[in-house]
Amino acid sequence: MGDAVTPQSQFMLVAQVTPGQERGLRELLKTMTSKPGMADPTNAVLPFGQFERLHFARLVVLDDPTLGDIEAHGVTRPNLPVYLAFIGSCDGSAGECIADLAQRAATGLRRIFMHCDGFNADGDLPAWIQAHQHRLAANYINWVGRTVRQVKEESALQRALAAKVPRTPLASGAQAQQLRRKLIDFVDAEVSAGRLGLTPPEPTPLRWKIAKLLHLVAIPLAGLILLPFLIVLSPLFIFILRTKEKTDAEICPPPDRAVLLELQHLEDYDVTNQYSAFGSVKPGLFRRWLVTALLVLINYTCRHVFTRGFLARVQTIHFAFWAFLDDKRRLVFTSNYDGGHEAYMDDFINKVAWGLNLAFSHGVGWPRTGWLVARGARIENKFKHYQRRHQLPTQVWYQAYPGLALVDLKRNQRIREGLERASVTDAQAQAWLQLL
Amino acid sequence: MSQNRSVELDDVQGLMRFGYKHLTEACFLLLHVKDPAAARAWLAQAPVTSAVKADPLPETALHVALTSEGLRALEVALDLLAKFSDEFVAGMASDAARARRLGDIGTNDPSGWRWGAGERVPHVAVLLYARSGRLAAWEQEIEAQCGAGFVRIERLSTSDLHGMEPFGFVDGISQPHIDWERKRPVHDQDQIKYSNVSCLGEFLLGYPNEYGLYTPRPLLTPQNDPGGLLPRAEDAPDQADLGRNGCYLVLRQLHQDVHGFWRELDRQAEGNTDVRERLAAAMAGRKKNGEPLVAPSGESADNDAPAQRSNLNNFTYETDPRGLRCPLGAHIRRMNPRNADLPGGPGGILSRLWRMLGFNTAAREQDLVASTRFHRLLRRGRPFGAGVMPTLSAMPSSPGTETGLHFICLVANITRQFEFVQSAWLMGSKFAGLTAERDPLLGHRLPNPGESPTDGFSIPQADGPDHRLNNLPQFVTVQGGAYFFLPGIRALRYLTTTNSKGV
Repeated sequence: MGDAVTPQSQFMLVAQVTPGQERGLRELLKTMTSKPGMADPTNAVLPFGQFERLHFARLVVLDDPTLGDIEAHGVTRPNLPVYLAFIGSCDGSAGECIADLAQRAATGLRRIFMHCDGFNADGDLPAWIQAHQHRLAANYINWVGRTVRQVKEESALQRALAAKVPRTPLASGAQAQQLRRKLIDFVDAEVSAGRLGLTPPEPTPLRWKIAKLLHLVAIPLAGLILLPFLIVLSPLFIFILRTKEKTDAEICPPPDRAVLLELQHLEDYDVTNQYSAFGSVKPGLFRRWLVTALLVLINYTCRHVFTRGFLARVQTIHFAFWAFLDDKRRLVFTSNYDGGHEAYMDDFINKVAWGLNLAFSHGVGWPRTGWLVARGARIENKFKHYQRRHQLPTQVWYQAYPGLALVDLKRNQRIREGLERASVTDAQAQAWLQLL
Repeated sequence: MSQNRSVELDDVQGLMRFGYKHLTEACFLLLHVKDPAAARAWLAQAPVTSAVKADPLPETALHVALTSEGLRALEVALDLLAKFSDEFVAGMASDAARARRLGDIGTNDPSGWRWGAGERVPHVAVLLYARSGRLAAWEQEIEAQCGAGFVRIERLSTSDLHGMEPFGFVDGISQPHIDWERKRPVHDQDQIKYSNVSCLGEFLLGYPNEYGLYTPRPLLTPQNDPGGLLPRAEDAPDQADLGRNGCYLVLRQLHQDVHGFWRELDRQAEGNTDVRERLAAAMAGRKKNGEPLVAPSGESADNDAPAQRSNLNNFTYETDPRGLRCPLGAHIRRMNPRNADLPGGPGGILSRLWRMLGFNTAAREQDLVASTRFHRLLRRGRPFGAGVMPTLSAMPSSPGTETGLHFICLVANITRQFEFVQSAWLMGSKFAGLTAERDPLLGHRLPNPGESPTDGFSIPQADGPDHRLNNLPQFVTVQGGAYFFLPGIRALRYLTTTNSKGV
């Protein structure tokens, strides 16, 4: 596997919504869904289902009703625009995926971006799109290398095998071996008949490998260079941090009931759900630098450490990212996760509250932390109010594999691996059969 | 923090502390307010049973719980009502999103309920319990008392199945052990070992919960309680605590297709009685006599529990990670996965850090479901109808009867406790790494998108692929339900005063 990895990428196009055009835009977005917020994969504007490299995509209007919260820091409410974000998670490079979209869905994209500032209906769409592609601060991919095609093929494989395997207890390991070989023959026959496909992985793109390696080395190197300064500055850092942790305003009122209902109205049509959140970064250089540095670190661990099915203890996130907006004054977070919202948040609180605090406590109003990792998200109700209050309704959300959660993807992947292994021990054969 | 006041048992409704096993007769009256003044007048002096231990045991008991519709009907001030939790204010059948979460879709859809939706949301539930033969008189007496203020919209009768539920299993074995003495330390710290003991605040409002925090509940300014009727809040001594000593009560009428259940198992077992019983036990996670499939351990998870109970309740699934003895999807394993906050036991500080970061593969595989202690339910349900003995019901000609469970649970936080267990654990089709099944007893069987079925049940086998039951029909149908507030007795009296109408 090590030498055949198709990397995944995420992208976000951000464009300012032209004042007065927001209603029309929302109307158009609504036509793209079959159930509230759920993209119709064959919709006329952007037929997501035709793009076989797309895992997830969403269109979301970034309009932050909590913009005024920053006044708690003695800063006047800034006048910031409403944006439209077009977000996707795909196989291969983001550039290729966007170019493909711009080519094959040009009309639809024009219809969407028509509602945005500076969009020229007759202009160069690919160039406009490229100009509006936004840098992501940190990027999480559940399993680097798992393609949409692979997910779909392996799901079909699992279904075929689960229906085929006899479920009587086996007398011996030898019998398990024999059964496995029989099933391999069955799969081979299905593949030759064209009923199953098991496309071999493509070779890893060299550019991606090199970029990854450079990143792997460059960040620790930069850290090493900065280390002496950090050590010298640490007492000051601690002093400022502790002062701010004791004085920063907590703004965690319960979300408005109607808003909450609107968000819930878009959830739980499938085993996977979407989450989009938006908020202001606390003013001042200290928070700005700190959140930048921490997101560099988070991005680093996501790229080099958490690439195999888990983000610390959380195993239910397919894709997620953080991105700054408006000169780092605002932060966007989006994720695609398995299960319901409440379970997702409880997982966060009970398993990785420390990580949430690291990543999000620089947002205006976050429940108070202690030493950057303690309390904060552990203050259950304040955190739950905060995250719901900062959540935005996702107008259009697409997922390529309905009904499949990460536990499915992982198991199906192991079925495939066990199938393709040249030889296995008796125990391995048994364990493999237990996956079916 | 604050003074650890002991619990005012005389202010707590007794249902929180007692299941009233000796009061074998019970019925639940669902009422609408017809005359607010008269309704308040009755509630002001209704003979509510407290949690103080009575000697001798009481002959009868009475409890009163109110829905948010009920508080509105009693003309309680809207700003006071708004201080209750969202889900209580909205109600169980309030919107389609909640219905999706709870699995109240298909034949469970609130539009088909007998009560609990639309105009049939009850205002008040009066729960009556009595010794054998005493209920009729008790009920008559109470109905005479409250007739001026209320009109009855539904009477939920119950039956005495001698500790069994209608499918024929001994019921009510697993209950959290509530820390009434407030001995459990109040702080926010990962629990490395599963414990059956719960902080009082997980069930009773006004006390610290498992996070060491006070669950939000209505707190009032002293001006709203000029008579000082209500206790003051522990965490905010300048405020009157309307929640203290109360909790939320979830009531659902669950119809059980006993005949269909045993007929289906009989079909799956191809008529073999032993196999049928084994399959039934695998689905429940216990044999019919209550014996858990995972043998109770010698070590106690609950030091104070009564001895006879702990034998059937004193176990975790730590020794059965794959579900070879008790299937991962068995009903009792979904209802209460009995795990700690961090899998893998105590270990050293480095080992713990390693697991916290997700690097320990073995621990990670056990980590799809964690932190049971935040999702416990105190169950107080009663069966209705006859129940059917399997020997009879498995015969193809035996007709279906109206039988099932009036499910009741008491919680401090409806969303984190009842709704979480119901949606993530019971109705969740991806629970603990399973992929094509919901709760074998309670689940609806509607497929997931992408035509992925959820009507199976997997029984792991040590030496080969899982034994699978497929195309299971739905056995349990929701016929009604509502969220109630079970107030402390002083809070109930307060709600009948003019102060609750706002000042």
